Amino acid sequence: MDISLMITSLPKLQSATVVTLKLLSLSLFFGLFIGLLFAILRLNKNIFINKFAYGYSYVFRGTPLLVQIFIIYFGLGQIEYFRSTFLWVIFKEPYWCAIIAFALNTGAYTSEILRSAFQTIKPGLIEAGKSLGISNKIIFYKIQIPVAIRQSLPAYGNEIILMMKGTSLASTVTLMDLTGVAKYIISTTFKPIEVFIVAGGIYLFMTFIIHNIMKFLEKKFSY
Amino acid sequence: MELLAFGKTGWGDELFIATLMTIAVSITAMLIGFLFALIFTPLKLSKNKFLNFIGNSYTTVIRGVPELLVIYLFFFGGSGAVMFVASMFGYNDYIEINAFITGSFAIGIISGAYSTEVFRGAIQSIDKGQFEASQVLGLKKFAYFFRVIMPQMLRLAIPNLSNVWQITLKDTSLISVTGLVEIMRQSYIAAGSTRDPLFFYSFAAVLYLTLTFLSMKLINRLEIKYSRGF
Repeated sequence: MDISLMITSLPKLQSATVVTLKLLSLSLFFGLFIGLLFAILRLNKNIFINKFAYGYSYVFRGTPLLVQIFIIYFGLGQIEYFRSTFLWVIFKEPYWCAIIAFALNTGAYTSEILRSAFQTIKPGLIEAGKSLGISNKIIFYKIQIPVAIRQSLPAYGNEIILMMKGTSLASTVTLMDLTGVAKYIISTTFKPIEVFIVAGGIYLFMTFIIHNIMKFLEKKFSY
Repeated sequence: MELLAFGKTGWGDELFIATLMTIAVSITAMLIGFLFALIFTPLKLSKNKFLNFIGNSYTTVIRGVPELLVIYLFFFGGSGAVMFVASMFGYNDYIEINAFITGSFAIGIISGAYSTEVFRGAIQSIDKGQFEASQVLGLKKFAYFFRVIMPQMLRLAIPNLSNVWQITLKDTSLISVTGLVEIMRQSYIAAGSTRDPLFFYSFAAVLYLTLTFLSMKLINRLEIKYSRGF
């Protein structure tokens, strides 16, 4: 056991943790919107819209995240026309490609979580709103969304932790996140166990914090 | 389409073999995971605090650390660990472990942590009366576990095990970083030599979707079989 290596690698890994956290927060932010959008589309009565939203979540949940990143990062650049559009400014950066892939992926899972939350809202709540003469729009924003958020908190907490682990795949498209730096240190020093303990410890610490924040939120929003 | 032709001109046969490799790694990893679950589920359910701690740390650490990091640990540390054990028996030559074994072991340990949680949950949700009844009937431990608890546990566990299977199947794509030629690695090679990454990675996605779709169908059948009478 090489304790000094563990100590010297700690600052490098800490600065890489910032990259991981940035990736995580940005992809969760965009993913939440995508998830909400597709959850609403899933509840739509139009069969085409419904099937489209189902297809989206099926494809993104049924394929590995690695394939999704590779398609976006290596694949899209192949289309000649695509490179001439303004979107290319975003898609040529591995950083944004990773975030887009993560956001689309977590969006698919989030849409499933939110959909099931919307479906488990007791119809009585909506009927009560209707009989009080509240408009459908306000029922949706003031009753359905808050209740659905509360219902989906535990599952969403798991999704955040899964996504945090997912950000490690950013290292496959040349980004130096926590796993990327850990791999670099391992491959230069050949001391996998020591680096694993430090990097794994940081990941566990983040899991622990996320877990506790979610617990706090669940308590706060419980009724 | 000619890119997917079988034989020397296309990548069809290579991708087909790679798909079989993915299936083989997933099944091996799942079975290794069951072995781990068999060891750690009793630890997690045990009343002994120390054993309980070991069981809990296994599932917490593995489920809180990225799969890729675990794979790197095994990839870089695997042969070192084996050589260390071998040197204790007086064998000092370099030993290289096959990527298939390292890969399925790494994924197996991850899938084992998820399976452990599933089995623990399933055993805990079996009606307490079932345990008491089998004790009252004086069943031997073996019969008690395999005849009474196991069939009920499986029925409760199958839907969640199907999730674990999906996770395991998708995690095998990560072994491509160690050089094992499964779907992802083969697509990477093909994409590199034909300069057509979009097509090959999309095709890889289709292969994974097909695998998850077919396995869902199979598992649904199992589910029906095990919920007879409910």
